[in-house]
Amino acid sequence: MTELRSNRRISVSEASKPILPRHARLKFDETRQRWVILAPERVLAPDDIAVEILQLCDGERNVADIIDLLVAKYAAPRDDIGTDVVAMLQDLADKGFLTQAREKTA
Amino acid sequence: MSPTLTDASPVFTDPADSLAIMERTRSTAETFGIPLAVLAELTHRCPLQCPYCSNPVELDRGSTELTTDEWKKVLSELAEIGVLQIHFSGGEPTARKDIVELVQHATDVGLYSNLITSAVLLTLDKLSALADAGLCHVQISFQGNEPVVADRVGGYRNGHVKKLEVAKWTRELDLPLTVNAVMHRQNLHQLADIIQMAVDLDADRLEVANVQYYGWALKNRAALMPTIDQIDETSRIVEDAQVRLKGILDIDYVVPDYYALRPKKCMGGWGRQFFNISPSGKILPCHAAETITGMEFESVRSNHSIAWIWQNSEAFNRYRGTGWMPEPCQSCEFKEIDFGGCRCQAFALTGDAGNTDPACTLSPRHAEIFKLAETESTEGRDRFIYRNFKGGTLEPDADDVHGR
Repeated sequence: MTELRSNRRISVSEASKPILPRHARLKFDETRQRWVILAPERVLAPDDIAVEILQLCDGERNVADIIDLLVAKYAAPRDDIGTDVVAMLQDLADKGFLTQAREKTA
Repeated sequence: MSPTLTDASPVFTDPADSLAIMERTRSTAETFGIPLAVLAELTHRCPLQCPYCSNPVELDRGSTELTTDEWKKVLSELAEIGVLQIHFSGGEPTARKDIVELVQHATDVGLYSNLITSAVLLTLDKLSALADAGLCHVQISFQGNEPVVADRVGGYRNGHVKKLEVAKWTRELDLPLTVNAVMHRQNLHQLADIIQMAVDLDADRLEVANVQYYGWALKNRAALMPTIDQIDETSRIVEDAQVRLKGILDIDYVVPDYYALRPKKCMGGWGRQFFNISPSGKILPCHAAETITGMEFESVRSNHSIAWIWQNSEAFNRYRGTGWMPEPCQSCEFKEIDFGGCRCQAFALTGDAGNTDPACTLSPRHAEIFKLAETESTEGRDRFIYRNFKGGTLEPDADDVHGR
């Protein structure tokens, strides 16, 4: 049974395991040669770094893992990257275009 | 690093949106880029008879509709030229027996699909099949928050209860839901309850769309035009709900331009970022464009490609940009903000689609038209002319109808 949306508003933390829901699709737009997120009545244009983060959101990695990968790649301070990653994902969650992998019950 | 998510979509439902980021980044060789989203009006057939229907008064008959194969070819061509989203609309799109097949084809060619429906013809099986075919989003129209008003406005018995049921199925299938509520004098008193209904239905979005007056709605203007007091109250209710429901329900509000000072940037400007395809295959700059009599619109059945028609056809180029504008638009500092307003409304109210939209206070016709509308809103002429293939049917007088 579906929970009410008001109950599944996501607060993104380093422990979150984010993934795009089925109605938000990350796609490479061949015509315009750029990545887009297709969503109800909207097309979002994520920049290169946002795309890189979203490609790492597979519902298995948590946000801390994603930050660590980016820190290693860009050799930037972890605090800076962490703040930006969480802010971008929270923005997407607030728009209703990010969900979390369900916790597996034993 | 500072990742950003820019809203790239000046979709037709959101007149407040600015130009797409993609318009700014496209090659200068292309004058007008292919729209991100296209509206496919699969049929004008509809079980509902809403008196404000946005279809033209001259409806396309079922026999003139594009065939399944023709629509599939159109969908493939749209995907190929760079359209990303397809809105299946009508009439009632599920009145087409091939709706699941068309949604599946849209999915197969990579289009993100949206169903804009009255919902009354849907069964759980049909909706499940649409979800399985890859449907991405469902938009259901509501005419009120309870059956007495809603079923009278739609001219369809038991429609409201059916819509509630389909909305629940939509969410149970985990499809995102938009509630579309077209508002006018005879249901605006229900707005607060409609907002709550959308929350209770677990909708993602609510479109509060005031009636736009051309075609059928213009025939019914005296019965639909809100009073000024209603509009003030409406804006207050919407603004309050937008704050209160942030993160729970996204509310888009289309203001009634009769009571605005500036005209709406209709369709983001004629031929700039949107087109739709009529049931018989005509490519139109706006879903109401056929209300402008005397204009010729090219069809997907012609020898021209869709991209050619978008770029080169006379109809799309006639009101593109600002060169066509008369005064007071031509020297107006807002001409690239609102592009002179709505061509359909200019035609409906002045007889010439090339005039300034009378919704603008700078139009020489504004005062006269505004005064007339304001008078109509207070006269209590509430009977509807229902939309149908017979050219409209006047609602029976309330005194003659038992049980109302």
